[in-house]
Amino acid sequence: MATAAHRAARTHTDTDGPAGDTALTTAYQVAFDAAVAADERIEPRDWMPDAYRSTLVRQIAQHAHSEIIGMQPEANWITRAPSLRRKAILMAKVQDEAGHGLYLYSAAETLGTGRDELLDKLHSGRQKYSSIFNYPTLTWADVGAIGWLVDGAAITNQVPLCRCSYGPYARAMVRICKEESFHQRQGYELLLALSRGTPEQHEMAQDAVNRWWWPSLMMFGPPDDESQHSTQSMAWKIKRHSNDELRQRFVDICVPQAESLGLTLPDPELRWNEERGHHDFGPIDWAEFRQVLKGNGPCNEQRIDQRRRAHEEGAWVREAAAAYAAKHTTEADSEAGAERA
Amino acid sequence: MTAPTASTAPVAALALGDDALVLSHRLGEWAGHAPVLEEEVALANIALDLLGQARLLLSMAGDEDELAYLREERAFRNVQLVEQPNGDFAHTIARQLYFSTYQRLLYGQLAAGDTEFAGLAAKAVKEVAYHQDHAEQWTLRLGDGTADSHERMQRACTALWRFTGEMFQPVEGLDGVDWEGLRAVWRKSVEGVLGRATLTVPEGPQSGAWTAGAGRQGLHTEPFGRMLAEMQHLHRSHPGASW
Repeated sequence: MATAAHRAARTHTDTDGPAGDTALTTAYQVAFDAAVAADERIEPRDWMPDAYRSTLVRQIAQHAHSEIIGMQPEANWITRAPSLRRKAILMAKVQDEAGHGLYLYSAAETLGTGRDELLDKLHSGRQKYSSIFNYPTLTWADVGAIGWLVDGAAITNQVPLCRCSYGPYARAMVRICKEESFHQRQGYELLLALSRGTPEQHEMAQDAVNRWWWPSLMMFGPPDDESQHSTQSMAWKIKRHSNDELRQRFVDICVPQAESLGLTLPDPELRWNEERGHHDFGPIDWAEFRQVLKGNGPCNEQRIDQRRRAHEEGAWVREAAAAYAAKHTTEADSEAGAERA
Repeated sequence: MTAPTASTAPVAALALGDDALVLSHRLGEWAGHAPVLEEEVALANIALDLLGQARLLLSMAGDEDELAYLREERAFRNVQLVEQPNGDFAHTIARQLYFSTYQRLLYGQLAAGDTEFAGLAAKAVKEVAYHQDHAEQWTLRLGDGTADSHERMQRACTALWRFTGEMFQPVEGLDGVDWEGLRAVWRKSVEGVLGRATLTVPEGPQSGAWTAGAGRQGLHTEPFGRMLAEMQHLHRSHPGASW
């Protein structure tokens, strides 16, 4: 936390005289508020309100979990990709997602939690991941729809996070967004190839868009009047725009893209509203959204089971690595000790 | 084609290309199942390197997609080692240790030679050095880790041993490769790693009951057909489509 905040903190403690704990905390709070107001970055060693810390842990962890669980629906098609070029692109993408998960767990760890603890919470259902990954990838075109729509929605959500008030998260997002926009273009290009391909391929692409459109709109979260964390997150500048604003932005971006893809969006109420300067769109099925969040989506169980199984079946590997490291660290230490003696 | 080796080059390109293609596919099956996130990244990375090599090599022999997706099992020229199912992490690592050590030595020789593979091998050998290092590090950790991991790693090394001899069958079109020398250096290298990992070098023949060089002649093991069925299904369902 830089200058403005420190100035504020100093001024506050000075005027309060000899600082007791309460006065000090108040001073820290003032410094924090000043830093946020001045658009400065909060860094790991800075004081921050407990609720700010726990909100960030929750959000960053959920984001990391989404990258990891999000590998599954796409990895489902790696072994069946229809050309070697597409297979290479898909493998690289799934690899990037594992990398994004790693950045994000690191960012969360700067807040005083550990990756093991977070994974444990994911595996036991105490922390969530994005609802979108509970939908199945049924055809090859789903890989393109995920790239275009799901990554597109993620980017719309995440670009403002590059200016988020918490430094480590903002910096992780800068790196992640670059790779995500690359994936999104590749997804679009995959769909374009299908749309312009044989009638069967075109049909496959349209069917995938029909299935992924509404779940993608749900990725922006509940409507503004039902969003429990929004107001506080916006005050803290973790969030910069409301769910509904971002959702509208996404719809406005997608409509012309769908047109140039030669595909339709499955919403009879979708039309340009001259007055608002935006597209109007039909109602989202929030009952479905709540069901998916509650664990009753098509793949919730399967996704968590696979994650848990990979973790459990990998336990002996992690134990071996730890045992080897312990043995060889000790040996290296005693050798070094012997040399010194 | 003007190169004097033109008539035999496709055989060699297919052999090396199929090795890389098939092993890449097997490693791709790990995505989302690895024991730690770092291994998700590492295994996908190796799979991608191999797929890149496969694409270059198959393109030397014809159309990469036609060759990958429209050949039947009997027309594939990869060694049987790379088609072996992933098994547990120890099996995957043992397969990777045996194969990457071979590939590094072979590409080293090819890079120094003057066949049309020299350029490709010079680039690939850098990737393969990384693969070999990764496999060695894990062989050490698993072999010299816990009692359980030691036993699993030993079992994996032993189970795959009989597929290793095939790698040293001369490949038509790879002129100037000293296959017996390759085998000796390979054995020394693998013995060294296994020794440091407190593992025993497997005994018994380095080839199964099949003719030596079976995979190179299109004679494969049962799991391979199933692997191809999955790999080729979508492509074959849409004849002539482009993706």
